[in-house]
Amino acid sequence: MKIVLNNSSEDFTRDVLTVNELLKLKNFTFKMLIIKINGKLIKKAEYESALIREGDEVHVLHLISGG
Amino acid sequence: MNYELCMNAEQISIKLNNKRIGIAGCGGLGSNCAVALARVGIGALVIVDFDVISVSNLNRQYYFRDQVGMKKTQALRENILRIDPKVNVVEHAIKLTPENIPVLFAGCDVIIEAFDLADQKEMLIETVLSEMPGVPLVVGLGMAGYGMNDTIHCRKADNLYICGDETSEIGPDMPPIAPRVGMVANMQANVVLEILLNGEIAK
Repeated sequence: MKIVLNNSSEDFTRDVLTVNELLKLKNFTFKMLIIKINGKLIKKAEYESALIREGDEVHVLHLISGG
Repeated sequence: MNYELCMNAEQISIKLNNKRIGIAGCGGLGSNCAVALARVGIGALVIVDFDVISVSNLNRQYYFRDQVGMKKTQALRENILRIDPKVNVVEHAIKLTPENIPVLFAGCDVIIEAFDLADQKEMLIETVLSEMPGVPLVVGLGMAGYGMNDTIHCRKADNLYICGDETSEIGPDMPPIAPRVGMVANMQANVVLEILLNGEIAK
């Protein structure tokens, strides 16, 4: 499937991914993240259940200190 | 930028005069962003921070040596009013929480995330996205160190705008210092203008 991840097109061999699976595939190992699928905030408790499908727009923010 | 929407400085200031911006944190990002917005004629700024100024803050934050020990909100209010006494500065010297964020920032046209620590950034972003979904939120992520001008960028995720390099974490050899912190703070202010002046908010 094709999705848009952080404004760039990405191809995956799977038809559906959980958020946790996506994080693993992309090697996103940060503890603190903000994740949005099609504009909706996905809370940590939903990482195992929230599904990403063909055409979805996904944003992953790594929360790093400094300001 | 859409050049058909260009305005002169006075037109910009008239458009901003009735706008209210919430600033979460008055450190390096918040103090510099607030000053930039005050200079271009923003109507009201709601500034929130529980901290007091220390000498180590002066390498990037918009304060002066004789203000060390003062509450950041009080000193920032003073500094903004020295630039433009017409700005309505609402200060809250308290710690932001998921409970008080929607109350303190009620009525704001845009909210600026200007915290230092990652867990506070997470708390604010989650709260605004879930409790105040219509309000644009501009966050600063990654600005430690020096150089690397071209790694700093801005991207948009719906109503959430991300400014910074999204990579450089602060550490003993990666301090947050004036030039790059100021770049991101001013970039955040610039995004606010783009949102407000390009009419993306139907208000």
